[in-house]
Parts: sequence; C-alpha cells; structure tokens
Amino acid sequence: MGKAYEVPEGLTIMKALEYAGFRFIRGSGCRGGFCGACGVIYRSPGEYKLRVGLACQTTVKDGMHLAILPYSPMVKPIYRIDKLKPDLGTILKYFPEIVRCVSCNSCTKACPQDLEVMEAIQAIRQNDIARAANLIFDCIMCGLCSTRCPADIRHPYLFQLVRRLYGKHLLSRARHVELRVKEIVEGRWEAEFSKLMKMSVEELRKLYTERKIEGGEK
Amino acid sequence: MNMEGYSPEMRKLIEIVEETRPERLRRKYRKFSLKERKELVSKWHPDYRSDTKRRLRIGPCRGEIVYSEIADLLEAWPLIEPDSIDLSRIDYDVEILVVGGGGAGAAAALWAYYSGVKPEDILLVTKLRFGDANTVKARTGIQAADRAEDSPILHYLDTMGGGHFVNKPELVKALVSDAPLIIKWLEDLGFIFDKTPSGDMIEYAGGGACRRRLHCARDCTGLELMRVIKDEVINVGIPVLEYSPAIELLTDPETSAVSGAILLNLETEEYLVVCAKVTILATGGCGRLHAVGFPTTNHYGATADGIVLGYRVGAKLRDMDTLQFHPTGAAWPEAIRGELVPEKTRSLGGQLVNIKGEMFVYELEPRDVVASAIIRECAEGRGVITPTGAHGVWLDTPLIEELRGSGTIKKELPALYRMFIRQGIDITEDPILVFPTLHYQNGGIEIDSYGRALAPNGKPIPGLFVAGEVTGGVHGRNRLVGNSLADILVFGRRAGINAAKVAVSISSKPKLSLNHLKAYMEELKRIGIPRTKRAPILLPDYRGEKVLLRSVRVF
Repeated sequence: MGKAYEVPEGLTIMKALEYAGFRFIRGSGCRGGFCGACGVIYRSPGEYKLRVGLACQTTVKDGMHLAILPYSPMVKPIYRIDKLKPDLGTILKYFPEIVRCVSCNSCTKACPQDLEVMEAIQAIRQNDIARAANLIFDCIMCGLCSTRCPADIRHPYLFQLVRRLYGKHLLSRARHVELRVKEIVEGRWEAEFSKLMKMSVEELRKLYTERKIEGGEK
Repeated sequence: MNMEGYSPEMRKLIEIVEETRPERLRRKYRKFSLKERKELVSKWHPDYRSDTKRRLRIGPCRGEIVYSEIADLLEAWPLIEPDSIDLSRIDYDVEILVVGGGGAGAAAALWAYYSGVKPEDILLVTKLRFGDANTVKARTGIQAADRAEDSPILHYLDTMGGGHFVNKPELVKALVSDAPLIIKWLEDLGFIFDKTPSGDMIEYAGGGACRRRLHCARDCTGLELMRVIKDEVINVGIPVLEYSPAIELLTDPETSAVSGAILLNLETEEYLVVCAKVTILATGGCGRLHAVGFPTTNHYGATADGIVLGYRVGAKLRDMDTLQFHPTGAAWPEAIRGELVPEKTRSLGGQLVNIKGEMFVYELEPRDVVASAIIRECAEGRGVITPTGAHGVWLDTPLIEELRGSGTIKKELPALYRMFIRQGIDITEDPILVFPTLHYQNGGIEIDSYGRALAPNGKPIPGLFVAGEVTGGVHGRNRLVGNSLADILVFGRRAGINAAKVAVSISSKPKLSLNHLKAYMEELKRIGIPRTKRAPILLPDYRGEKVLLRSVRVF
C-alpha cells in the first residue's frame, strides 16, 4: 500500500500483512482459496503489469506493491430457477451486458483459478450452457474478472445463473435417489431402525465389525 | 531458501517413494481390527493426551473435561456490560433469527421460509460475508445412502462405528434417513453433482464407510453447495446482515426463553438489538482456537462463538473433549501449511508413505485412526522434516494417475492440483507432504432430533435451536468424511422447519433481558476470573509479536 514492511520469506500476502501488524475484518474469509474474500491487486518490482490474485494463495515477493480489495460492488438479479428456460434468451434478460464483450480476454488473465472466463462468455453467447457451466465450474465468485472487464459484465452472478440452469434443467435426475427417498418416506427402514436403536453397544460393535466392505479388502 | 517447490534434499527423499511405488501398487494392505485402532488412537491422538484438557469450573457442565482452549472461552467475561445495553430500542424485530452464514444457517433460513415464514420475518446474520464458512471449504462430498447396494441402516452403522458408538442414536437416525432427501433437494435447486450421462450419481468410497456413498461436485463440493444455497436465500428475499456476529443471546425475563440476540457491527463497533421469537444458532466450529497448537483447515471466523453464547443461556455441551484432526493437512510449502488435502485424494487411491517409502496405514481407516498413525510415524522418526521444521509424511498422489489413468487428478482434484501448482509443485508428478491439521469440532451443544438445544436436564431450552458444527451428538467422538455436509443440511433443515412451527405458535412478542448473563457473571466473579479474559473472541489475532508488544489502542 505504498509503505514498506519487512516480513519473513515465504508467507502469503495475507499472512505477511498480519505479521506486519494488520488485523483483517474484511479481506479474509476461508483462507484456503475457496471464498473469494481476499482479492488483491499488485505490481511486482520491475513489472509494469497490474496483476490480481488471492491474498491467501499468493506468496509475497520483495518489493511488491499491493492493496486488498474489501468488496466488489455488484447486485445480483433475482429469479426463480424452476421458472427459467436454460437458454441464451433467459441469460440476456438478466445479463444483457454480455453482448458488449469485446473478447479482450482481460477476464481470463485476471482469474486466480485459471479458468477460461472469456471462452465461457463466448459459449454462453453461442447458447452452449453446458459447455459454459463446465468451463466455469471452479469459479469462487471473487469478482476479480469483473473489475477488469471493459464491458462491465457481472461474471460471478452470471456464472451462478449458468451453473444453476445447467444443474437444474440440463443434467438428468438420479432415479436411484428418488427411489430411496420414496422408500424412506414410506417407512421402509423403520422396523430395522427400531431394532438397531435398541441394541447394546456390544451388539452394534459386532454388526459393525462383521459388515461387508464394498470392493472387499484392498 | 527456496520456499516453493522441493529442495534437492527433498527430491532425494521423493526418489525413495518412487522406488517403492510399483511394489505398493501390487500389495494388499490389511485394515486394523477395532482393538488395534483403539491402541493406536489412545497412544497418539491429541484427544487422549492428559495435558490438552481441563475441568470446567463454571456453568451448566461444571466439572466436565473439555479442551483447554474451550475452557478458556467459557471461563471468560462477556464483551458487554449488561446494564449499559439499551434493550428498549430494537433494531430488528423478527420471527426467526438465524446466527451464522454457512451451510447450516442458509439451510435453516430456507426451510423456515419453505415452512411458511415470510422472508422479511427471517433475519440471517453472519460474522464475515454470507458464505465465508467452513462449508465453502468442504471438499470431498456428501454422504447419503441412496444406491440399491447401500442402505440407511449401513450408513447408521458406519456413523456409529466411526464415532466410537457414543453418538446419540436419534440424531444418527435423522442424519442417515434425511440425507437422501437432502440430495434430492439439492438436485431440485440445480446443484451440479458428479453424474453419469443417465443421471446416476457417481459415488466414492470414504474412510470408515462400508459402501461408496460420497456425492461430489469435483473436489469442491462445499463450494458448489454454498454457492447454490446462498443464491437461493437471496432469490427468496431473506434479509442478510454481514459483518454482524451475535455477541450475546437475549432471554425473556418471565419465561427464560431465548428471545433474540445482541449483534456487533464489526465495522462501526455499534451494538444492535434483535428481538426474535426463535433463534437458530449455526455458528460453526472452533479451528481458529488452534487447540494444542495445531494449524487448521477452518475459515477465519471459526472461533466457537456459539458454544460461548449457548453455554451462557444454560445449554448442555457434550464431547467437547474431542476434536477432529484431519489426517492430511498440507505440511509443505509453508504458505499453505495446515490447508486441507481432501480425503478424496485417498478415496482415489493415494497412499500414505513414510520416509522409508513404506505404507504404514490403510489409507481409508476412519480419520482419527489415520491421523494417529501419521503422528506416530513422525514421533518415531519415520516422518520427513520440512525446511521450516514441520513434520510430515508422503501422500503418494502420482499413484492415482497410475491407478486410474493419466489426467485423473486434473479431472477429479482440480482444486488440489491448483493449490499446489501455485506453490511450484505438480502433484501429478510428485507426492506431497501432509500432517494432521485441526479440522472439526466433533462435539458441541447437545440437540434433539428437532434441532432444539438441550439443557443438562435433557429438556429443550425454549426459543433456541442449533444446527451444524456447533452441535454435539451426531458424530460422537469422531466424524466420518461426508457426514458434515449431510449434517449441516439435515439439521439446518430440521431446525428451520421446527423453528417455523414454534414461531407460528407464539402470538405475543417476547421480552428482552440479559438476566442469564448477570447470573453467569456472578459465577465468574466468584471463581475469580480476571476481567481481561473476554469471549467470544470473534476473530483470531495473527499480528506479529513485535507489533502486539508495542500496540497502543487509540481508535
């Protein structure tokens, strides 16, 4: 943040800031690269490029200039997923800005997950919801791509809609899940449960030890 | 010192792992008997060390043994002075208050809404952002017995056995019976499970489970879960208040029922008063207390706040003398030390190997058994010492590619691959170093199958429901993989449904007081707890020692 601090080598940006005396309220979440709370922008020494990353996943380097982003301003559209059609028309209704994509690829370069973000936008525009959903499956919704996007696309929420459309409307349902739910609701297992729940620990232990392991001994 | 990748010394050790790989690929490895498991765990697991715990001197469970870090929080003064709080000015007046923005809280809020409570009559409050929780980090999967070869009965047996048979049977029955319902609910919401083209679930083996029962979304199942249910909470219009943890519960002075909470806006430092007919505590676990000095896989806010708040209104705690140390936390590189290497890595065939290249445990024993075996190897000098002095054993990830074909890791473990490649290690080529890391709070506030908080006399505490990691009884003394995501949704759902029923049945507005806190403070005074000890701690403090020694608090 324009001010020098000395920290031990090998720390992440997050741990380095804490070592230096900072205490986070914003800018620290899961601390394992899954929540997207700790987006950071930085320039490394001798480099003109402004880079982005996650503070909990990026190792600090000597001479690095950086700032943690407390929030990525963005409003989520409201929808009922069961009422929607899984196609481009639906998506354009909520995210008309995707037509403004100029394929500059800034989003892809910004992605700390190394996802093919721009490819996913193109797939959506080609009405290929399944391909898009798979391309951005690992999105942690940090919003760093959106901060770099000249078309002002709200990627985290756009991709969330795409994934849910795919999961809800394009993936086949598991028949065996439905069958088991029906059995449970109809009380198929109740008698066995009553028996089990009355057993002594010794009896349970015996059943447990004798149960067959699927695939057998390794 | 190069802090990324492997040093030449470490490379030499990797060669040993590579040498024994063909032999290990062929060999069958025996599982332990229950007796062997017990011997191993009682000798090496931190739960069995006498210096890690102490007897509680205060509150409803006085005399019981809990981890010292938990005792420190329970034997501590509140953050507020009860008489200085103005309870006449109510900031939020709701039917149902949900404290906690992880999976359990979100599920509770949604099911309260599905049960007929208007969204604007629910309030979900959370300490960090909505979804910054252990849920989002859960990697491996959700257990639900929904294949023809499997049954809820077997899931019940596995869960009881994994928990050392001290789990509360009614809760285990609820867990295993509702789990398939939860899977169906997630499908309804548009959750992307690993599936065959015909829609059948691809299910994986997990430690301590006798059937393949883990439902996954690649290796970021919790991320997919949190994304989807958070999206739904916002879509249905349930108000969410971020950076506003509960720092105390409120009780009705006439009935002693829980009647809301005091929140703290972390950014402005002002307190807020919530009046609620029913409160659902879903505050998660305690990894950030770093019990016994272990690193943790938990999120930044996992500081056991719910335990502190619940205990002060008289809730019974159970199994707080046991914690889950996940067998495989990253031990190297230092930047990701303690972070989770998911069990799926072992489900796919990754073996655990010591410095001599020997496999020392069947990799899919229950977690406490595997963790104990790793601690033993390191304590007896068969572990690897990293350049920063940490201990670890090898997890042979390249074996997965040999067993299941090249490309398996990138397909099945993309998040793990990414985590290590960022640190200069390609896990498809080289094994990784792991050591147990503090992962999960096995015990907590005892609940019944409705999700109601219980007092030591076994009666429910009126107005208080609890769900998720903060509860105790579901997992006994050790949780199985995939049972936590099942737990948060099963019991979040139950708490939401039953809280809605209670809220509808109460016609009058509850009254607010901090009377319970005054009584607790009398006890604190009597046993001479210094005023400097305060809880909940809300966030850990990782500032460097030099800074802390010279700290001058002005603002």
